[in-house]
Amino acid sequence: MTDLSVSMSAAGGLPQAPMLPEAPAKVTVRNLNFYYGEHHALKNINLALGTNRVTAFIGPSGCGKSTLLRIFNRMYDLYPGQRVTGQLMLDQTNILDPKLDLNLLRARVGMVFQKPTPFPMTIYENIAFGIRLYEKISKSEMDDRVEKALRGGALWNEVKDKLNASGLSLSGGQQQRLCIARTVAVRPEVILFDEPCSALDPISTAKVEELIQELSENYTIAIVTHNMQQAARVSDKTAFMYLGELIEFDDTSKIFTSPTDRRTQDYITGRFG
Amino acid sequence: MNPIYSRRRRKDILIRGLCFGAAAFGVTWLALILITLFYNGLAGLNLDLFVADTPPPGSTEGGLRNAIVGSLIMTVIGVGIGAPLGLFAGTYLAEYGRNDKLTSVIRFINDILLSAPSIIIGLFIYGAVVVPMRGFSAIAGSLALAVIVIPVVLRTTEDMLLLVPNALREAASALGLPRSLVIKRIAYRAARSGLITGVLLATARVAGETAPLLFTALSNQFFSLGLNKTMANLPVTINNFVQSPYAYWKQLAWSGALLITLTVLALNIGARILSAERTAK
Repeated sequence: MTDLSVSMSAAGGLPQAPMLPEAPAKVTVRNLNFYYGEHHALKNINLALGTNRVTAFIGPSGCGKSTLLRIFNRMYDLYPGQRVTGQLMLDQTNILDPKLDLNLLRARVGMVFQKPTPFPMTIYENIAFGIRLYEKISKSEMDDRVEKALRGGALWNEVKDKLNASGLSLSGGQQQRLCIARTVAVRPEVILFDEPCSALDPISTAKVEELIQELSENYTIAIVTHNMQQAARVSDKTAFMYLGELIEFDDTSKIFTSPTDRRTQDYITGRFG
Repeated sequence: MNPIYSRRRRKDILIRGLCFGAAAFGVTWLALILITLFYNGLAGLNLDLFVADTPPPGSTEGGLRNAIVGSLIMTVIGVGIGAPLGLFAGTYLAEYGRNDKLTSVIRFINDILLSAPSIIIGLFIYGAVVVPMRGFSAIAGSLALAVIVIPVVLRTTEDMLLLVPNALREAASALGLPRSLVIKRIAYRAARSGLITGVLLATARVAGETAPLLFTALSNQFFSLGLNKTMANLPVTINNFVQSPYAYWKQLAWSGALLITLTVLALNIGARILSAERTAK
């Protein structure tokens, strides 16, 4: 438990930690509504993801936080019967533009999922595969990129001697870091984390959290989590969502120490959710 | 002991005994068939079987070379035509048409085709190919086998692709992969051993089919590679020889039956090994 408070202050989660200056917006959400068929899943969401900041989304199950995340890379397009209205900008690009090339959007907005999803191929190929989609580079350059990506995923030291082993042979935590490395390898601008640690043990969780912090130096990050300590540890801003509405969105330290809304307070003190 | 518990235990033992009995009953017949087959077939298993052609009536030498080669050719062509069609159709059902009405219609029709008696398929090809071509032919036989292969492969392909977790597809899409590559590079790769297993099982299925060939390729007493002529094949040869009065022909029929059984066994074992690899991963 002492560990927890230490890392909380290290993450700038406590009030005495210095505040980061307000960052320019990377992703801007305006009056966003989302429908699963008739069900109104997101109601009039307004917020912005700061450039190279970590934004956490918390709230009870079914509050729409994962749904919101999956709009940022238009993942919902894979399934029929879903509809979105409002405005969603990635810099100057309108993410909701029906003519937008989704593959290029997803190259700019990467995503890491709840369950580790290594591809059924070698560790090396898991990384090289994504790079090859966008670039034609020589073998030595590719080796370089793969190493860089695996270092970026804090996995290099553990796998450098078995790059040709199957990605599925790694442990759960390593698999998740492989997925992060794979996402980083294609050089996105934004990385979405959808409950990235909910299938991991505490040690792996700590590693992934540390990694998220490091990545925020170069990437804009959004993370959905069920774990409030995690939100407090890794994020700069926190959004509390409830029943499809954005209830409160503020600096993480403020959300966790002096929330304005009653519901936020009830949630973070564990009264529901 | 608690009476409720001991009653449950007695019931458990009874049911377990019944299940075991049913399984043993089924396996006994299989074992009897195999034993008879080996007992009668092994005697004729020699080199001549593979290098000499089917003998004329009354002769006491000869083998099954033309029938073996014919079976091989027609099976390969049949699977060669049927397997890709089944794979593509199964891919459509599992990947593209998951939410379509058409998909359930296709699946229903495929299930009917899957359980259609093979003689019906033979008759269909007879009407559709043999009659217009004015003659029995190896190609008609191959087509009949292909029609049997399609529903088997379609079904296994769909089932295997549906086993691939959706999370994997989403992860691939999230990297910016277009749909076609998600299927080709990720879903096929993840389901690979299952897909191959399906093709192997379909091959095993058609390797021993008699009825569809009876109406299409007929048979041939001589060695022939012509696809537009009748072609010898193991099942029909066995069927003919076993009904004959000649002891040597009967012996050849037993040996041929053993050959087919061993081939099917090998294909099934191959399929089992592949699926064991899949579960081990």
